[in-house]
Amino acid sequence: MRKLCILILFWGLYTAAFAQDKYFSKTGHVWFYSKTPVEVIEAHNNQVASVISTKTGSLAFEIINKSFKFERALMEEHFNENYIESGKFPKSTFSGKFTDFDVTNFSKEGSYKVNVEGDLNIHGVKKHIKTPGTIDIKGGKIYAKSKFIVKPEDYGIEIPGLVRDKIGKNMDITVDIIYSPNK
Amino acid sequence: MRKLKIILLNLLLPFILFAQEDLLNTLDSIAEPTTNYTAATFKTTRVVTGHSIESMKEGQLEFRISHRFQKMNEGPGQLWGLDQSIIFLSLEYGVTDWLEFGVGRTPTEKTYNGFMKLGLYRQSTGKSSMPVSISYLGEIDINSAPFDDPTLNNFFTSRLTFVHQLLIAKKYSDEFSLQLTPTLIHRNIVLSSLDKNDIYSLGVGARYKFNTRCSFNFEYFYVYRPSYSTGVTYNNPVSVGVDIETGGHVFQIMLTNSLGMISKHYIADNVGDWRKGEIHLGFNISRVFTLFGGK
Repeated sequence: MRKLCILILFWGLYTAAFAQDKYFSKTGHVWFYSKTPVEVIEAHNNQVASVISTKTGSLAFEIINKSFKFERALMEEHFNENYIESGKFPKSTFSGKFTDFDVTNFSKEGSYKVNVEGDLNIHGVKKHIKTPGTIDIKGGKIYAKSKFIVKPEDYGIEIPGLVRDKIGKNMDITVDIIYSPNK
Repeated sequence: MRKLKIILLNLLLPFILFAQEDLLNTLDSIAEPTTNYTAATFKTTRVVTGHSIESMKEGQLEFRISHRFQKMNEGPGQLWGLDQSIIFLSLEYGVTDWLEFGVGRTPTEKTYNGFMKLGLYRQSTGKSSMPVSISYLGEIDINSAPFDDPTLNNFFTSRLTFVHQLLIAKKYSDEFSLQLTPTLIHRNIVLSSLDKNDIYSLGVGARYKFNTRCSFNFEYFYVYRPSYSTGVTYNNPVSVGVDIETGGHVFQIMLTNSLGMISKHYIADNVGDWRKGEIHLGFNISRVFTLFGGK
């Protein structure tokens, strides 16, 4: 019986430690860009919510589509009305994990090249993607950066012939997030 | 011993659950509450002929050509009204996201007009919620046609008409929007003492978007006119149309019993009787230019 109590005590401490394993950001920066001879498309979202679990090496992003800000109001209106259809699909999400990354590195300061793999859900279409990135662990925070390409048509985003030349076939996505252990 | 095994197995549950925990769901709990403002209640600044809640954002300029053909009951000789048409030209500019000014001219009574559309409330959900969007439209119309009798002592003020409208709109869903437009038109001069200078009206406008770029639009104004000159039969304006948005342009094609394109003409002066076939085909073309970046 005494052994059982000690076991339960250790179990209690261990699960309590689990609660410290998540790093969050509420103001993550994600932006997309495309350039054609006719038009430059650029929009920034500075309210991305994201979490990294340092125990399991997994991460998730939640992006409110309406929070992408364009320089031109008309472009922003068309993005929401016609392309991403934010009325039907208010969020874009990513759920995945760091591949081949030793999770104990999360507690050591340093710069690491990583690979992330997971499900990217845009406009109601889920696709499995793999992308490289970098992680800097500094002063108790995680600085994560990544750049990858998304094809709008892969996610069911229709671009009519009339404006085909204005919107690139590939969108350059850049992710730049600072995670802290506090919620 | 069996009890111990059961207890130990139960203690393992938290670890198993954690491993399968959906990280994505944890994000919902940390997200800040924000206010979600409704956008694009209508495709453009007009429902069909009347103003919609939409206005130009800061730095945007809209150039609009409104075209109304003559009555379809004029028959094949007049190509069902297509042989004759009148054109209203207007420009409207967004000084800020919530305030725009516009100018226009219509050949009817050679009228020049100027208007201001002021956003008062925006429909929103979330942290701060508002069920409808409300804007105020103020307009002055100047009849620049020569006076009927130049020998009389004519006043400039006789040329003026003032319009006040409240645009109250609600976007119910991605597809359906509704707008109520209480209107007051004050005409400085009227045909006879039987006509009142003030005309009150309540407009109803609606749109149903059937794909991302097209919608069916409907508009009707109930006009309160307690007395008017004999010999004239006024009718309430009713219009149906289709909006087609193609990037920077919005095309509106319509059938309406009103030839006018400004409030005074299509609400106060409208005589078209759709039951007699006095229906006009018309279209509006608008193009938005972004003069300054804005944000």
